[in-house]
Amino acid sequence: MANQQPTSGNPKVDLEYRRRKNSEEMRYQVITFSLMIFLTLIAFAAVGFSDFSGWFIVPFIILLAVIQVIFQLYYFMHMSHKGHEAPQLFLYSGVLVGALTLLAFMTIVWW
Amino acid sequence: MSTYAQKKGAGAVIWDFLTTVDHKKIAILYLIAGGFFFIVGGLEAMFIRIQLAIPDNNFVSAGVYNEILTMHGTTMIFLAAMPLVFAFMNAVMPLQIGARDVAFPFLNSLGFWLFFFGGVFLNLSWFLGGAPDAGWTSYASLSLASEGHGIDFYVLGLQISGAGTLIGGINFLVTIINMRAPGMTYMRMPLFTWSTFVVSALILFAFPPLTIGLFLMMFDRMFGANFFDHTMGGNTVIWEHFFWIFGHPEVYILILPAFGIFSEIFATFSRKRLFGYSSMVFATVLIGFLGFMVWAHHMFTTGLGPIANAIFAVATMAIAVPTGIKIFNWLFTMWGGSIKFTTPMLYAIAFIPSFVAGGVTGVMLASAAADYQYHDTYFVVAHFHYVIVGGVVFGLLAGTHFYWPKMFGTMLNEFLGKISFWLFLIGFHLTFFIQHFLGLMGMPRRIFTFLPDQGFETGNLISTIGAFFMAISVIVLLINIIMTSVKNEKVGNDPWGDGRTLEWALPSPPPFYNFKQLPLVRGLDAYWLEKMEGKKGMTPAEPLGDIHMPNNSFIPFVISLGLFIAAFGAMYRAEHSWGLPVLIAGMLVTLLSMLVRSVKDDHGYHIHKEDLIDDNDKGVKA
Amino acid sequence: MHADEKFTYETWPAAPERATLEAKNKFLGFWFFLGGETVLFASLFATYLALKDKVPTAEHHLAKDLFEMPLVFLMTMLLLTSSLTSVYAMYHMKNFDFKKMQLWLGITVLLGLAFLCLEVYEFNHYVHEFHHTFTSSAFGSAFYALVGFHGGHVAFGLLWIVALMVRNSKRGLSLYNAPKFYVASLYWHFIDVVWVFIFTVVYLMGMVG
Repeated sequence: MANQQPTSGNPKVDLEYRRRKNSEEMRYQVITFSLMIFLTLIAFAAVGFSDFSGWFIVPFIILLAVIQVIFQLYYFMHMSHKGHEAPQLFLYSGVLVGALTLLAFMTIVWW
Repeated sequence: MSTYAQKKGAGAVIWDFLTTVDHKKIAILYLIAGGFFFIVGGLEAMFIRIQLAIPDNNFVSAGVYNEILTMHGTTMIFLAAMPLVFAFMNAVMPLQIGARDVAFPFLNSLGFWLFFFGGVFLNLSWFLGGAPDAGWTSYASLSLASEGHGIDFYVLGLQISGAGTLIGGINFLVTIINMRAPGMTYMRMPLFTWSTFVVSALILFAFPPLTIGLFLMMFDRMFGANFFDHTMGGNTVIWEHFFWIFGHPEVYILILPAFGIFSEIFATFSRKRLFGYSSMVFATVLIGFLGFMVWAHHMFTTGLGPIANAIFAVATMAIAVPTGIKIFNWLFTMWGGSIKFTTPMLYAIAFIPSFVAGGVTGVMLASAAADYQYHDTYFVVAHFHYVIVGGVVFGLLAGTHFYWPKMFGTMLNEFLGKISFWLFLIGFHLTFFIQHFLGLMGMPRRIFTFLPDQGFETGNLISTIGAFFMAISVIVLLINIIMTSVKNEKVGNDPWGDGRTLEWALPSPPPFYNFKQLPLVRGLDAYWLEKMEGKKGMTPAEPLGDIHMPNNSFIPFVISLGLFIAAFGAMYRAEHSWGLPVLIAGMLVTLLSMLVRSVKDDHGYHIHKEDLIDDNDKGVKA
Repeated sequence: MHADEKFTYETWPAAPERATLEAKNKFLGFWFFLGGETVLFASLFATYLALKDKVPTAEHHLAKDLFEMPLVFLMTMLLLTSSLTSVYAMYHMKNFDFKKMQLWLGITVLLGLAFLCLEVYEFNHYVHEFHHTFTSSAFGSAFYALVGFHGGHVAFGLLWIVALMVRNSKRGLSLYNAPKFYVASLYWHFIDVVWVFIFTVVYLMGMVG
């Protein structure tokens, strides 16, 4: 199968462009990573060193986890790139089915 | 690796099937294995009906009866219906989208062998101390109390074969997304391919909950865990949820391919394009989607509370809408068509009223308040046999007749086919229609006998007579298969004369590389389109060139065999000293063969252009 | 473009993980597998939440007695960092720098191994200090099933990456093995995704009570 390479006619220009794009992306990855570490720190701090009630902390740290996972998926796993439409569809379908399962187990398994 | 198109001895043929990665051969393997388990499950059904023919019968004992009814359900769903569905998906879907093979030929083979070893393992329970006896649903409070190894066979066997099914599902999804021929857009895909797509997605999301449920059960029974044991804080309802989160999508996994097969048959033999194609696609996707939101309607009497029951009741009734769309589309496809009453078409026509009857009782059962009355009676038995036999089995039998020439290159006898159809139709309604009334009169399901003078005698006797009709019908079908295979009169590309989709543009059976040149698809019903313009075959979309083919492999067999061995180790670990070593050895066989697969390069091989031209001249078949 | 073609820095394609049809299939199939894994882990999380702190008698320890923040924090940092290092490995893979890719993968493996050792220590600690075992209560079963399943994934991922590194150590990158490395790194990130929810739902929520 033929590969769709971005061709501007001059391979050198392409190469230069790709290299720059890759390293730019890498920079974003590092920023993403710092944000993830930061979110993790907040989550641990909220549990360890604050005296908010559980009713606030639990939704809060779950929200932080969700944000962190979105970073992970879209940047580390490149889901923001083109050609990830089918992966997105199926990952979100999985999330939906999983969420339904979780909802059911937290509400109607109560004996 | 250019040893194709040679004469082979019996040993070489067997070796070929053990190592094959060709989707058409794997389809034949699925058909044979699924057909075998269908006969086994059918025999179990006959034993059930013989036992229940008269009151106070002692044809089998109560304990054996429990084993038979459990194995009947488990075998029919997991080891007969699933693989037969997979047989047609494998045989037809790649041809319908104009692909040379599936996306992962190796995994295709692995999926089959996992299913096969899982099925064999489960059925070995009959010879190794007793089969599982807690019903095919294997509810935890019952199955944890079951003595012996029956339930262990159930858990481990289904775990192994379930892994195979999951692999198959992913494989079909990727095949349909990545391997369609030029011009084959999503909205030009035949409906059987669409249903394969939706079903594969359902498999992908429905089998993991079963996997987890089976793991928990395995840990509880074999490794001392307490997931379902309430004395240790566990909760038996967790199993029920997992089982039905899997189990309800599972019935759609079975019925949607049957819908797909019928859609092809209605269009072919009405000689009209399918009415409302896009609404059919929409309805298929919608059924798949809703299929995940209704599982708790199997658990209305568990005591989930009125809110949960109401939500699940409404969601369940909603599924009648897309199903109704489909029924009307099929009727309108026939409307004004020039109908040919072939055997597949007879099954398709008989399917509509039979399945509607099952659907109507389904809506009755969906009403949570009324369900307290129907629950665990023969009314439920009648309902699910109407949808599963009247839908799935009719679909599989229709598909067998319809696709037989494409898979084996020879037609099944139409006269015998029609005899087996009428026997089956009469037998089916005779067996199950009366069971609605037995249920309403209060006969509970899963009882091994009943007392005289309670009004159950006549109904049960009629039901048993009906079962014998179905048994004779299957025997006639087997005779038909043997007879036509011995005669082996070869047929051409389009033996029904009215084929619409791409598979009928190929020789029967197709060469092992399917398409010499990938076809150009110009619309829905691609082959019909070309025929109507007076062309003999498809227009090629590419020049004749080398074809890349995957290598055969024995590794899938070994990987599956390793798990099969490990399952014995896990089961006997507690009472025999050899259990643990066998468990470890089996896992090692599996993991090491996976490692071999990973580190050994497998680039496949190429069929050269020159060989393809030769093939053409001599008319060699694969 | 064939899988066994030789490449240079100049000819290496922009998206080597999806350059051949086989690679495209592998890429898509693996993502779908991850979709299924999502449901798999959701089922385990659901079981854990339903059985959390469900113990037969009052002597058994509950979540809030068991978990200690420093250990969990250390494990989280190790696994998060290993996710970044595997991103670095893929960055070098795209730039056709095999040596550096191997190096970063090696660091990823070491971090994963450290994580696994800490997990073994942690389980051992619970068993001996608190008599909190797989068989002691439904809570124990659910806890070890969820966290252990994740640990099993980590172990399998380590074996997988090491096997790929060893197998390809002598021959460099090609379009045949590039998708394999890429898919293995996707798997590694997914393990990290699951851990984010484990440290939040199991450990942090456990400490909240």
